[in-house]
Amino acid sequence: MFFGKLKKAHGKVIINPNWCKGCGYCVKYCPTDVLEMSKGYNAKGYHPPQVKAAADCRDCKFCELICPEFAIYVTSDKEEEQASASA
Amino acid sequence: MPARNTVAADPKGVDSGAHFMDGDHALAEGALAAGCRFFAGYPITPSTETAERFAERCPAVGGLFIQMEDEIASATALIGGAWGGQKVMTVTSGPGFSLMMETIGLAATTETPLVIADVQRGGPSTGLPTLTAQQDMMQARWGSHGDYRIIALVPDSPQECFDLAIEAFNLSEIYRVPVFIMTDETVGHMHEKVVIPEAEEIRVVERNWYQGPKGEYRPYRFTGRDVAPMVKAGDGHRFHITGLTHDERGYPALTAEQNDKVVRHLIEKIDSNAESIIRVEEDGIEGADVVVLSYGITSRIAIRAVQEARQAGLKVGVLRLITVWPFCEKKIRELAGKVKAIVVPEINYGQMVLEVERCAAGQCKVVSVNHCGGAVHDPEVILAAIQEAAK
Amino acid sequence: MSSCAPNDAQFRIQNPMAEFLRMERMPHIWCPGCGIGSVVTSMAEAIKNGGHDMDKIAVVSGIGCTGRVAGYVKFDSFHTTHGRAIPFATGLKLANPELKVIVFSGDGDLFSIGGNHFIHAARRNMDLLVICVNNFTYGMTGGQMTPTTPTTANASTTPYGNYEYPFSLPFLADAAGATYVARWTSLNARNITDSISEALNRKGFSFIEVITPCTTLYQRRNRLGDGIDAMQYYHDDADIQHGADTRTVDIGFQGKLKTGKFVDRQKPTYLDAVNTHYANVIGDDYQLYGKTPPEKQAEEEAKRAAAAAAEQADGLEAEYIDEPAECGGDDA
Repeated sequence: MFFGKLKKAHGKVIINPNWCKGCGYCVKYCPTDVLEMSKGYNAKGYHPPQVKAAADCRDCKFCELICPEFAIYVTSDKEEEQASASA
Repeated sequence: MPARNTVAADPKGVDSGAHFMDGDHALAEGALAAGCRFFAGYPITPSTETAERFAERCPAVGGLFIQMEDEIASATALIGGAWGGQKVMTVTSGPGFSLMMETIGLAATTETPLVIADVQRGGPSTGLPTLTAQQDMMQARWGSHGDYRIIALVPDSPQECFDLAIEAFNLSEIYRVPVFIMTDETVGHMHEKVVIPEAEEIRVVERNWYQGPKGEYRPYRFTGRDVAPMVKAGDGHRFHITGLTHDERGYPALTAEQNDKVVRHLIEKIDSNAESIIRVEEDGIEGADVVVLSYGITSRIAIRAVQEARQAGLKVGVLRLITVWPFCEKKIRELAGKVKAIVVPEINYGQMVLEVERCAAGQCKVVSVNHCGGAVHDPEVILAAIQEAAK
Repeated sequence: MSSCAPNDAQFRIQNPMAEFLRMERMPHIWCPGCGIGSVVTSMAEAIKNGGHDMDKIAVVSGIGCTGRVAGYVKFDSFHTTHGRAIPFATGLKLANPELKVIVFSGDGDLFSIGGNHFIHAARRNMDLLVICVNNFTYGMTGGQMTPTTPTTANASTTPYGNYEYPFSLPFLADAAGATYVARWTSLNARNITDSISEALNRKGFSFIEVITPCTTLYQRRNRLGDGIDAMQYYHDDADIQHGADTRTVDIGFQGKLKTGKFVDRQKPTYLDAVNTHYANVIGDDYQLYGKTPPEKQAEEEAKRAAAAAAEQADGLEAEYIDEPAECGGDDA
C-alpha cells in the first residue's frame, strides 16, 4: 500500500532546562505527546519539560516554533528513520 | 582632536555662482553642497522654504525629500536615514524643535550625525509664527532630557547660512553628534547675495566608514576624545543600536557605572575638542573698555550701535559668536579680566547672557540688553547700554 | 535517543536560532508564557525558508516588551524611542532601499504613541513589514490600558474595568491603506510563519497582528489563568476567515477572534511612486542617490542577464543530477 511505504520522520528533542520558564506549551501542543513536565526544578525554580516518548517524535518542530524561550529544538534523527524504514 | 581628511564636494549638489537668495534657501543649498541626500521635513513657518528648496532641487541631484507626518517623525527618520548610510537634515522652528527634542536625545546617545536647522520665531508655544526671535538658544543646549552635548552654530547672513550648513555637516561627521543651525526668521527670510563656490573649493568631511572585518564592529568607543567609525545597515555587520544606556557593542548595559561612562564620553568628546570647534569673530577687542557680545541677526544690529559709540569716542569691541555651543568659555574668562563690561543684546529674555555671567564670574559687569521676540533691537537701546556700561 | 541536555555553551551554538539571535544575550527578559518569543521564532523561520539575504534585513522596534526584540535578533537592529519605530524604519528604508525593513513592536507602542506614524506609513504604502504583538496591555510599565484593551477588561489604569472603545487593528490598517493585513494568535505559529514569508516576498506596507498572552499582567489582572489558558481561548474561539471584511473583525473581551489574511492588494510603494513620478516629470536627469534612470536600467539589465546566465547554468546542472533520482525508489 502506498502509505505503508512512506518513511516516518524521526526527530530528537534537545532541551535546555535552564532557559525554560515552564509555560508548558511544548508539552500541551506536541502532536504526538512526546514531552511531559518534569517533577524536578531548574535553576530558576520552574519545572522544565522532559522527553517521555522519544520514539514518537516525528520531527515536526512545533515545540521549537511555539517555545517562547528558544529553549527547545529538534534535530532530524537519521538513524531512527532508517531503522523504521527497514522495519 | 580626531584628524579627518576632507574631500571636494560632489559637483552634482553644488549650484556654483552668485545668487540672490534668502537664508532658508541658502541652508538647503549648503546641505546639498555638503552631500546631504536625505531630507525629512514638516512645514512650519518661518523655515519651510528650506524644505521646499530641497524638495525642488533633490530629484536632479540624487537626493530624496519626504514630507513626514510631524516633526517627531521627521527627526526620527533622520536617524534611520543616517544609519542607512546617508547624510541627513531637517529644518524647523520652535514648536517643531520642541517636538524633535525626544529624537535629539536618541541621536545624542546613539552618536548619530545629523543636522537640524531651527529658524527661530517668537515663543513660547505658537507664539509669533512670522516674527523673529532668538528664544531657543538654551533649548538647543538643554532641550532633551539627560546630560549630553550638541554643537550649535548661528549664521548672521544668507551667505553664512550656506557656509555654516556645510560646516554643520562636517562637524556632525567628525564628532558623530547632532549639529544645530540656530538661525532666525530675519536671516531666514532676508535676501542677499550668496556666492556658492566651485565644487572643488568646498571641503567636505566624508563619513568615517568602518574598514574592519564583519562580526567585529563596535558602534561605540567611550574615550571622551574621539568616536568610533560608522557602518550602514545592509553591509553585513549585524550591529545593534539602542536608546538605552549601552556598552561598546551597542547592547543595553543598565548600570550606574555604564551610564557614567557613556554620559562622560558624550560630554567630553565635545568639551575636550571645544577649542577646535569654536569659531567667533572679533573686532577691536584689544584695549576695549566694553565688548558687545552677540550672535545671529542681533550682531548686525549691534554693529550700528558700536559704530556710533566709537564715533562718540568709546573703546568698544565686538565679539560675534558663530559657534554658540560649545560656549567660548575660555575666551570670556580671559576677556572678563580685561574689560569693564560685556554687553549682551539678544532677542530673548536673556539666555546666552547667563553663560557670559557664569564665565565672567564677577570679573566685570555683564549687561543684558534683552528684548523678547517679534523684532530686532533698536540700535539706540544697545548704544545706551554701551554708554551706561562704559561709565 | 531521548532528550539530552547539552551544556549551555553547546546549546547556544547548536540551537537553530543561533544564526538569528544574539545568543550572548539569552535567556531573554520576557515572562513565562509570554508570546513574543515564539513570534520571533516564526519570523526567523520565515526568513530562513524564504532564503533572504540576512545581511539585508533590518529590524526596528520601539519601546516596551516587544520593543526588546530588536536587541535580541542578529540583524542590523534598532531599538528606538517609544512609538517611533515606523518613522525610523521609513528613514532607514528610504536611505538604503535595498534593505528589507521589519518593524517589530507592541500594541501600545505602535497604536497609541505611534498611531499617527502607523497610519501615515500605511497611507504612503511604505515598503515595510510591521509585526504587531498585541497582548492588549502595556507590559513593561505594569499592565496599563492600551488602545486595544477590550472594553470592560481590567488594567492597572482601568482598575474598575475599561470603559473605552478599542481599535480594531486590521480595520485601522485596511482603512489607512495597508496593502497586506493578517491576524493570527500566537497558537497559530505556522500560520504566522507563512504570513511573514508571504509578506517578505511582496512589496508595500504589510501588517501582521499577532494576539499573544501577557500572563503576568493581562491574564492575571483579568483572572484569565496562565498562558495555557490563553492558548485554550485562542484554540476555542479563534476562527480562520481569510478575506473577512475588516469591519467585522473587532475583538470583545474574551470574545470571538477572527483570524486569517484579510487584505492583499497591489499598489505602488512609496519609492516606486517617487521613481515613476520623477522619471516621468524630470526624465533622464532624475536620479536617486546618484543614479539616473538609464543608469539604473542598465544596472538592472546587467543583473537580469547575470541571473539568467546563472539560471541556465543551474538548470543544466540540476537536470543532469536529477535524472537518476527521479521518482525515488519507493514507488517503483
